[in-house]
Amino acid sequence: MPDNKDKWLKQLLWIYRAILGIIAFMVTSFFLFIVIYAVDWPSDDASIAANTRAKEEAQAAPKQDEIVDGIHVATGLKAGEGLDVVIANCTACHSAKLITQNRADKKGWKNMIVWMQETQNLWNLGTNEEVIVNYLAKNYAPEKKGRRAPLTNIKWYELED
Amino acid sequence: MDKKTSRRKFLQNSSLAAIGTFIGAPIVYGKNMPNGYIPVAVAEEIDPFQQFGLHPDMKVLNDRPWNIESAAHLLDDPITPADKFFIRNNGIMPEDIDVSQWTLTIDGESASQSKTYTLRDLKDKFRHHTYQLALECGGNGRSEFNPPAKGNQWSVGAIACAQWTGVRLKDILNDVGVKNDAVYVGFYGADKHLSGNPNKPAISRGVPMWKAMQDETIVAFQMNGKDIPLTHGHPLRLVVGGFPASASGKWLTRLSIRNKVHDGPKMEAPSYRVPCKPVAPGEKVADEDMCIIESMPVKSLITYPKTGAMLSKGKKLSIRGHAWAGENKVTEVQYSVDFGSTWKQCKLEAPVNRHSWQRFSADISLPATGYYEVWARAKDDQGRMQPMVLPGWNPKGYLNNACHRIAVKVK
Ligand code: HEC
Repeated sequence: MPDNKDKWLKQLLWIYRAILGIIAFMVTSFFLFIVIYAVDWPSDDASIAANTRAKEEAQAAPKQDEIVDGIHVATGLKAGEGLDVVIANCTACHSAKLITQNRADKKGWKNMIVWMQETQNLWNLGTNEEVIVNYLAKNYAPEKKGRRAPLTNIKWYELED
Repeated sequence: MDKKTSRRKFLQNSSLAAIGTFIGAPIVYGKNMPNGYIPVAVAEEIDPFQQFGLHPDMKVLNDRPWNIESAAHLLDDPITPADKFFIRNNGIMPEDIDVSQWTLTIDGESASQSKTYTLRDLKDKFRHHTYQLALECGGNGRSEFNPPAKGNQWSVGAIACAQWTGVRLKDILNDVGVKNDAVYVGFYGADKHLSGNPNKPAISRGVPMWKAMQDETIVAFQMNGKDIPLTHGHPLRLVVGGFPASASGKWLTRLSIRNKVHDGPKMEAPSYRVPCKPVAPGEKVADEDMCIIESMPVKSLITYPKTGAMLSKGKKLSIRGHAWAGENKVTEVQYSVDFGSTWKQCKLEAPVNRHSWQRFSADISLPATGYYEVWARAKDDQGRMQPMVLPGWNPKGYLNNACHRIAVKVK
């Protein structure tokens, strides 16, 4: 008799386990299905990283717009009247590094703009042009230098051997 | 969405207002701006040093498009390795390159037929040649000009001399057939214009027929024995030693045999042109008075030691570097340690082949303690020598071959 009862209990346990297993399988399958078909899962590590970065940057963006020591952090452009107009119109094709490298007077900056309009698809800047040219000529004006400048920024070091 | 472009694409498809929200400031000044532009001043989110495997001393001049320069002391290797090779991009590099699908088409008014080769065809059909070729950006040294010249402000590092392997351009041209009226060969590449306009090439320059037919002008698929790195034109690039490096089209897809001087973007004035006759600094020059640069001028660079060396009195200073002269050969290199008053000869090696740079070296004794500058100047086989001050001013600041100087102290 005790033998029979044991057998019966074992069978019950087996059925119980089987049911649990089936339920677990169904739940897992359901989630797997969702993950594979319903979510547009990024296809590789690079895109996962890109998505995360894009999200992080979206949150960090306002900070990027800060001005520190007279420099607009995101672009490296000098703070000054017309900065917003320059950011809006001059950083769409190339980075602002191309601007901050260059020096010219009003005529020179105007010539560069005309060249980009004639050959590089830059749009008509309308009334913004004057604001932009004034900003550039004021903040990125030519410095006086001779036919050959002295050597500068030398980092002295002991020559070995 | 795919890879790093996802964010750019997202922004490209958004309205100005949405972009404004994204960057945390409304775009109130973009009223003349057409749709599809992203006025966000956030650089491409990749670290060029990691992505392109660059030496940490390389200097980024521009991050969109990539313009990255080397430095004199980085260029000491006889053959410039990829991590020290300057990058001059004019547009957006191609992505997702499928080498098995890559083709090169030859066409143009002066081509006997239009013909397309796969990369495999090119490698199988024509003999391979390897040359060491000096490529220097026409604007190398621009930063020194006064009044300032427009463009990327290169210092001395936009020069490299790698070993290129490929097939001769003339072998391909002869296989296609060249008509008698051929004047120029123009190139087209897979890079895109910065404005995003797919029908506008970023750059399409070329070379006159005599240069296209030179033995050393090659369509290359290898740099320093390996596949060409992406930044240098993977998988196929025109390599034209001795000419401004902009003639060596990267990501090459098409060559046009023209019956006139090629008229692609950046062939026109003022790009890669200098005044036909000398002008005063700052003078305005009419487009028709600007001539296309062909051979680069004679020049040299002291690659060892790095500027700033301090040594103790009585010690010999060994210097070395490279000299090159475009279409010509360097016949002499001299150095001066007294600001150009007296000059002494350097030892000079022959080039490994035409258009390669040449090694020079010298052992110098410095007489007393103090501050010295070592200047080097090369002379070509036409008797032309590097000037000690800047050469003739030109509106775009090309061809600065003023002698290189390093600072040295004896203690
Ligand atoms: C429609 C695209 C576009 C816009 C918008 C644009 N540029 Fe450019 N710009 C270009 C291209 C293309 C070049 C050439 C880049 C190169 O050669 O690496 C260029 C070059 C330059 C240069 C270097 C000049 C030279 O001769 O090489 C400067 C400086 C410059 N841009 C400033 C500006 C300023 C200031 C604005 C805003 C008014 C602006 N850009 C807006 C496309 C644009």
